[in-house]
Amino acid sequence: MLYRETGQFKTSYAGDAAVFPILQDRIGIATILALAFVAVPLAFSSFWISAVLIPILVFSLAAIGLNLLAGYAGQISLGTGGFMGVGAYACYKLTTLLPEMNIIVLIVLSGFAAAAIGTLFGLPSLRIKGFYLAVATLAAQFFLSWCFVRVGWLYNYNVSGAIEVPTRTMLGVPVTGPSATPVTRYLIILSIVVGMTWVASNLIRGRIGRMWMAVRDMDIAAELIGIRLFHTKLIAFAVSSFYCGVAGAMMVFLWFGAAEADSFNIDLSFRILFMVIIGGLGSLIGSFFGAALIWGLPIVLRSLPDALGVSIRAATVEHLQFMIVGALIIFFLAVEPNGLARLWQIGKQKLRVWPFPY
Amino acid sequence: MDLLYKIFLDPFIQMGTAPDLLVQTLWEGLVAGVLYALIALGYVLIYKASGVFNFAQGIMVVFAALTLVGLHEEGVPAYVALVLALGVMLALAIAVERIILRPLVNQPEIILFMATFGLTSLLIGFGEFVFGGEPKVMIADELHLPSGAVEFQMLGGFVSLQKIDIAAAIIASLMVAGLAAFFQSTRIGRALRAVADSHKAALSVGISLEQIWVIVWFAAGIVALATGIMWGARSNVSFALEIVALKALPVLVLGGFTSVPGAIVGGVIIGVSEKLGEFYWGPLLGSGIESWLAYVIALVFLLARPQGLFGEKIIERV
Repeated sequence: MLYRETGQFKTSYAGDAAVFPILQDRIGIATILALAFVAVPLAFSSFWISAVLIPILVFSLAAIGLNLLAGYAGQISLGTGGFMGVGAYACYKLTTLLPEMNIIVLIVLSGFAAAAIGTLFGLPSLRIKGFYLAVATLAAQFFLSWCFVRVGWLYNYNVSGAIEVPTRTMLGVPVTGPSATPVTRYLIILSIVVGMTWVASNLIRGRIGRMWMAVRDMDIAAELIGIRLFHTKLIAFAVSSFYCGVAGAMMVFLWFGAAEADSFNIDLSFRILFMVIIGGLGSLIGSFFGAALIWGLPIVLRSLPDALGVSIRAATVEHLQFMIVGALIIFFLAVEPNGLARLWQIGKQKLRVWPFPY
Repeated sequence: MDLLYKIFLDPFIQMGTAPDLLVQTLWEGLVAGVLYALIALGYVLIYKASGVFNFAQGIMVVFAALTLVGLHEEGVPAYVALVLALGVMLALAIAVERIILRPLVNQPEIILFMATFGLTSLLIGFGEFVFGGEPKVMIADELHLPSGAVEFQMLGGFVSLQKIDIAAAIIASLMVAGLAAFFQSTRIGRALRAVADSHKAALSVGISLEQIWVIVWFAAGIVALATGIMWGARSNVSFALEIVALKALPVLVLGGFTSVPGAIVGGVIIGVSEKLGEFYWGPLLGSGIESWLAYVIALVFLLARPQGLFGEKIIERV
């Protein structure tokens, strides 16, 4: 009823190729953006912004990065945590080398460092496929986290081995460091994530995205129709690592405030992979859903006993949380193996034909 | 020049001048390799029969060992606890088949892989909930596992072998021989190989997939229990073992996902080269290289042979 594209005719190629060809979608996304940029900073408490929304946005960007690689180009990677770490450490080095430069420029620049490292570790993908490649990318993960501990140059040889975020201002307002307010950090993260999601959505609709999907669906066939595999896979690794690197830099500079090597361990890689698969492989909006679910679920579970007035020991809550998260993952996969994004699609389709069943 | 000397000559000179240390390092690598191989064996069994890359194998090892020790702490005699732990692994196998494999049949591999992540999380929570998160001491004496070390003089020095390591090596070889015999010459083993070859063809000749899956997961559970006992006797039983289980992954790709001998050979190669690398070349890089060396070795091997040492040749058609 409400969501129907009847009567919306396209009279130009540009209109036909728009990101959101349907009017209702455009209204929807405009509303969501307006809410996110205006209503959220006004209405939400700083706890909500810094403990829920900022992490979800950061993880969403990392999940989009992995989704470009695993969901669109079909190359499974377990090195996401390492690549995020490269972004974070690169950004830290850049702030010490170029103290005058705008911090947002540095965050985006540090993505290029991650892209370079990612491309390097993407080289084996030409010969190695599937799970074998996943294990090969574990080499990247473990080697990089070893570097974060052992290479003193990366953390300026400070004694703690941790990287501390310096205070940087933009137009007189502190953006990073302890004095930056959650709302400022939230708005900056939101802007970066929205911008990069828009770029990603155009990438995957264009030539590069189609090359990725051809390679994912069958790389030999893709090669036969003239797609250069080497080229395509490396672009996928580079772009994916770029996104992960930026997410890692944001994670440290705009969320944690300080980090050590252990922040980028294998668990982080697995967690991002969780988000991508639960959200839906090969779906940008799924990355957001996955991040929200995997980050939000434990928070909900933790606050549930208090809300219900039941007192359970903290350790027990932790154990129950593990069990419930595990059970829900299995449940979600059994109900909808294609992830939350598929449920979203089904919901949209239902709305379109409502009140009729089909 | 100095660096080249340190990389290419110095370690070998050290090996030559102190052969007893070399033997000791080799032996330690061998034992570590055997234990990696045991974990990898669990992966191979399940991957062969059900096409599932079972990420939960590592946690199954911990869970099996915890059950054994936990039951014993409750006052159950050691050998009864052993049997009961096997029973728990059987129950787990049946539950996995009913709850995970059956609803997800015919899904892409990555989805099943993901489901075993869910299983991992579930088992971690359940294990800690029931047995607590504290490390436990394996009941090695009650199970009549040998302890202590044998030392003997050779090559101008002393080499000491832990008896438990010798036992682990023997049990691992027995287990592999047993599994190989089981696969080769029993009715169920033949059915297992048929399922591994093709699910559809196996179904059409009347092999019950469900039954086979339960058997395979149970076999992996037995392997997990044995691994848990051996690892537990060497250090202790804790959830930290789960990280060790990740080391089985390079072993797996090195040997090939589908090959039982591959798991063993891969395990030994990884174990030995890891220990040698750490001992002789580690100081050059500032130690701790054990954490990634195995993966890099696997990566280099894979570049030469993308299907692993013993994996089936990958044939691709359009």
